[in-house]
Amino acid sequence: MDKKQKNKLQWICLTGAVYALILIVLHVGAGGMLNFFPVNFLLFLVPYLMVGWRVVRKSLVNIRHGQIFDENFLMMVATFGALAIGEYSEAVAVMLFYQVGEFFEDFAVDRSRRSITALMDIAPEYANVEQDGELRQVDPEDVQIGDIFVVRPGERIPLDGVVTEGESILDTSALTGESLPRSVHTNDAVISGCVNGSGVLKIRAEKAYEDSTVSRVLDLVENASDRKARTENFVTRFARYYTPVVVLAAVAVAILLPLLTGVSWQQGLKSACIFLVVSCPCAFVLSVPLTFFGGIGAASHMGILIKGSNYLEAAAKLKTVVFDKTGTLTRGEFSVTKILPADGVNEEELLAKAAAAEAYSTHPAAVSIRRAYEETGKTLDTSGIGENTETAGHGVAVVVNGRKICAGNRKLMDAEGVAVPAVDTPGTIVYVAEDGRYLGALVISDTVKPEAKKAIEELHAEGVTKTVMLTGDRKESGQAVAGELGIDAVYTDLLPADKVGKVEELLAREGRKDRLAFVGDGINDAPVITRADVGFAMGSMGSDAAIEAADIVLMDDDTRKVSKTVRLARKTMRIVYENITFALVVKIAVMIMSLFSAANMWEAVFADVGVSVLCILNAMRMLRAK
Amino acid sequence: MRKKFAIAVDCANCAAKVENALNAMPGLKAQVNFMTQKMTLEADAIDDALLASVEKTARKIEPEFEIKR
Repeated sequence: MDKKQKNKLQWICLTGAVYALILIVLHVGAGGMLNFFPVNFLLFLVPYLMVGWRVVRKSLVNIRHGQIFDENFLMMVATFGALAIGEYSEAVAVMLFYQVGEFFEDFAVDRSRRSITALMDIAPEYANVEQDGELRQVDPEDVQIGDIFVVRPGERIPLDGVVTEGESILDTSALTGESLPRSVHTNDAVISGCVNGSGVLKIRAEKAYEDSTVSRVLDLVENASDRKARTENFVTRFARYYTPVVVLAAVAVAILLPLLTGVSWQQGLKSACIFLVVSCPCAFVLSVPLTFFGGIGAASHMGILIKGSNYLEAAAKLKTVVFDKTGTLTRGEFSVTKILPADGVNEEELLAKAAAAEAYSTHPAAVSIRRAYEETGKTLDTSGIGENTETAGHGVAVVVNGRKICAGNRKLMDAEGVAVPAVDTPGTIVYVAEDGRYLGALVISDTVKPEAKKAIEELHAEGVTKTVMLTGDRKESGQAVAGELGIDAVYTDLLPADKVGKVEELLAREGRKDRLAFVGDGINDAPVITRADVGFAMGSMGSDAAIEAADIVLMDDDTRKVSKTVRLARKTMRIVYENITFALVVKIAVMIMSLFSAANMWEAVFADVGVSVLCILNAMRMLRAK
Repeated sequence: MRKKFAIAVDCANCAAKVENALNAMPGLKAQVNFMTQKMTLEADAIDDALLASVEKTARKIEPEFEIKR
């Protein structure tokens, strides 16, 4: 509670005490003699003004600026109405109760805001910069590119940079939501927002604070609430018409109710006042944006950055999720998955010859063959390697210890006149031959991420009816991966431009209320990400390209975050609808009751501020989302 | 130039109204965020005089508006 709130509370308590005192004086013993007009009116005017003065003043200020209908105006008119019909005590009570409710509302919003911002609090407070031989704590914004700063164990890295000295383990959980430790050494690039583990690091700033990851991420999340969801806009529009309509209805009630049903004018006026108090749209105006904000905060805590409430709303309606294969469902790293030696050759020999042939090539296939060889525990002996030619799109031909070894695709083998058997395993195939004799083949393929299958299952469980995979791979390898993961549809042999076309085709097929998401790495599939209803980019730790293109950025490369996002989005929308329904039902019920003279002012105030507080508390459930 | 300020603003509705009023000021682009209690201003030069007039305009709508410095 801050000072302002404390003052408010004290003032409310004081007014309450004065009010109670007046009630006692007027109803006990000789004091009752004072209970006549205008003495009682003047007595009650004291607590009324104490607690209601601010409301009246604000309402008058608003009217002067041409903005009539707001809650202050409604409360002023309602309590003036109560004063006019001689319900002095009730007028004070309503104003007092309203202020108590407002106080709770304010307090609850403040609390929630704090908890949500705490979830996303990854901002570094200071940077230790060496100046004149001693360390000084400075504002991260004042650090220049090229400055060296020191990060001690337990401190947060304030700016993106490169380690110049020291080694340590970094905790990336603030950015990714998973506490997967990352070890860093001299010359490694580090990003801001990570917490330094064990060792002292000296880091050279490569980016200014405002361009560093942490500040970009914070910007994105903070501005997310500016991109309003349709539901939010609906609530604002609704509130704009709702209040004047209720005011008109109140006027109608005050006039028509006594005329049609024969109740007293006082009762008509009282019902009208109840209409006014109930009509305040606070419950919607506060709780709906707060729920979205809570959803965005909870997501960012899990390493899911959502660029706007509208995307959260769309994610709740996902029916189709399209994945890019490489780097999304698979690791995007190639490795030797099968060794197929010819008759009379053993696996070890085949791998050793292939590795020697590929010793100097930088082709990804070559790199994975060398790695596979080194993983068997041997080191590559390059002493016997002689003449070496590499033909792009074919492979390599190398003389090793006087023998010519060729390693490459079918075309190379045909050119060399080597007869090779057909291999129909999915993946890239590297054939190996020595002095024209076929030795065997190596199959190189991308490895599927271990959690990808689970991720697809979870998506189906969340109500996504169709999962699709797009890939530039051959049919065999694409279908093999899709089958393994349980993906519903797969489109293979696609060029990057074809992917946009495919997504457009799928978009045209989806239902009017359904949404389609595309999940990619955000770097080479930016056009597709932009085209989809919801574009996810993953695994880039908030790289500029990904943040630019995507609607939702997954900070690490865990595919399961897609289903987590859907679950969170559904929960957000559920709470939003719960609040809207609850508030409307209570308000309409109290209005109807007032028509039959069955509601009093107290119930009206509850239907206003009480409902708001309950809706805010309900919105706070977002914070516990997992 | 663009700068971010911590502010105090009482309600979501007031924040929206303040934002509209500030954007009506010549040469100024403003974003007022109730949830984060932050305001982003964009103008050629952001100095004390500008901040004072921003505060004045905002207080006409929301008497409790405050720029925290």
